Amino acid sequence: MEPVIFLVFAVFAVVCGILVVTQTHPISSALSLIGVMGSLAVIYLMLGAQFIAAAQVIVYAGSIMVLFIFVIMLLNEGQERKTRGSRIARLLGAPLLMALLGIVSYVIYRAFPPALNVQFGRFTGGTAEALGKALFTTYLWPFEITSVLVLIAIVGAVVLGYKELD
Amino acid sequence: MQQTVPLAWYLILGAVLFVLGVAGFLFRRNIITMFMSIELMLNAVNLSFVAFSYHLRRIDGQVLAFFVMVVAAAEAAVGLAIILTVFKNRATLQVDDVSSMKD
Repeated sequence: MEPVIFLVFAVFAVVCGILVVTQTHPISSALSLIGVMGSLAVIYLMLGAQFIAAAQVIVYAGSIMVLFIFVIMLLNEGQERKTRGSRIARLLGAPLLMALLGIVSYVIYRAFPPALNVQFGRFTGGTAEALGKALFTTYLWPFEITSVLVLIAIVGAVVLGYKELD
Repeated sequence: MQQTVPLAWYLILGAVLFVLGVAGFLFRRNIITMFMSIELMLNAVNLSFVAFSYHLRRIDGQVLAFFVMVVAAAEAAVGLAIILTVFKNRATLQVDDVSSMKD
């Protein structure tokens, strides 16, 4: 049963990822990206990361994508114009990406033989309690620095929203 | 039929999504779509973090995934503000039209 669930959501994620890249309208890309994030949340659940799965839906698929769609609707730019990019990028881009994918997959298969399995329920350490404990003990300083980072981001966004450049 | 999923499948799914994100960033010319490709790459890396967290039976990978999410939220806020400013000044979202620093 588990491989079936994994394959269904993995294929859904990859198809939505391809759609993100190939659709010409930004709104279609954004909706496909929400599909990717939703299926990734299910896959996080299968890995025993309950809190991360919930945060994925709430933070990524919820707030970040709402922000994206809000900006797309606000600007209303419409279809992407075809432009000639760099010729080197067009010629070498796809083969090099395929090579990257092949090398990474090869390394992963060498380093992690198929005997290493993931079984649902064998690791249940991803609860909000365990994550909160780690965040406020081991990772206290990174957590505090992140709060400063978010504050800077808020102030920066407000300043950029006000500023009149030319 | 086997009842478990090899760990390598999760990592390869992450690799495929990352490569898709890189492809979107390289080949698309709309700023917002390029930005969404970056989000796709961040998601792929998050998947690897969570898979390794399972593999090592430690929660540290999930904490890192959490930090990646926070940084992605901050990045989205600032990035979209920059996109709004660019659109206000240039009335375009094509990266080819915003290349005055290149010339």
